Amino acid sequence: MELTAPFQFNYEIPEGVLLLFALLTGIVFGMFLEKAGFGNARKLVQQFYFTDMAMFKVLFSAIVTAMIGIYWLSYFGVLDITQIYINGSYLWPQLIGGVVFGFGFVICGLCPGTSCVAVFTGKLDGLAVFAGMFTGLIIFGEVEPWLHTAINFSSMGDISLYELFNMNYGVLTFLITLFALGAFWIAGRVEQRFGTSHSI
Amino acid sequence: MKNREPYSYWNPYIAGVGIGVVIILSFVVTGRGLGAVGAFNGILATVIHAIAPDYALSNSVYSGYVAGVEHPLKDWVIIEIAGVCLGGLLSGIASRRFKFEVIKGPRISNAGRLMLAFSGGMLMAFAAKFTRGCTSGLALSGGSVLSPGAWIFMFSVFIGGYSIAFLMRKVWN
Repeated sequence: MELTAPFQFNYEIPEGVLLLFALLTGIVFGMFLEKAGFGNARKLVQQFYFTDMAMFKVLFSAIVTAMIGIYWLSYFGVLDITQIYINGSYLWPQLIGGVVFGFGFVICGLCPGTSCVAVFTGKLDGLAVFAGMFTGLIIFGEVEPWLHTAINFSSMGDISLYELFNMNYGVLTFLITLFALGAFWIAGRVEQRFGTSHSI
Repeated sequence: MKNREPYSYWNPYIAGVGIGVVIILSFVVTGRGLGAVGAFNGILATVIHAIAPDYALSNSVYSGYVAGVEHPLKDWVIIEIAGVCLGGLLSGIASRRFKFEVIKGPRISNAGRLMLAFSGGMLMAFAAKFTRGCTSGLALSGGSVLSPGAWIFMFSVFIGGYSIAFLMRKVWN
């Protein structure tokens, strides 16, 4: 079967149609985030007090769903994964930056995507997060020349995990799915142990 | 009087699978996943370019968004994030959760909470430039296509979060 996806690279799609698709994608994404309760910073951070594991559950069930879907679409020859964008890997910047991002996340209670949902459901703390993020980006814009080396340090290239581990794509997808199912079970037990009866 | 209580949150697994399907569709149509912090970057670069065009073009962070681009706001991630705002708004109204309020634990003042929200947001956005993506663009999208960096990022976000949670307990509980 001929590979037809990603559509953007294999068909002539007008820019307006792509941007309309972007808008619809965002609307559905934002709706799911809001319905999960992720406009509420206090609900999100309960993850880090073991009282409500919704953040972990949503994040990993989304990743596992998308990972399995993309694997099978590529397996059946619908999606050409050589054409899709794989985020570049930089070991130390992403490791240390991730820890600092985690600090920021628990201090402010939201991530960049959920802060949009917070602001547009009237949460004033979301507005403060917006202001903080723009300030952080402005500071970064000023100091970037001095950080250039650090940011590009330890590049691993645009490889994927199965290439890195020299594994079969399907086997790794299956193993991550098993790992996630185990983690979901543990998350449920943790909530039974530490969860509070009152809702946030 | 009619009951104006907010509706319950959805089961997290339903929301998660729904977001997963959105990510699949995004890859099928455009070859890339979702994003968030990139939209903030693009909007900031556009604003700075409008105020001080020469400065924006000379700055290596902003120039990538505006140099030679006629309409920098007509960008996939910016339109997608506009959609997230709209989707959040519509869902918030429909779920009776739209309300002007400060979300915080009972042991912190509004001012204290807003100050920390600002500081945390600043730290987070700065860190997201180091990691080349946030929870949406790197963890969700990169994790789905098995980018090693996305998985490194995810685990380190949880490590960072759990290690500072005790210090921040008065903000939330």
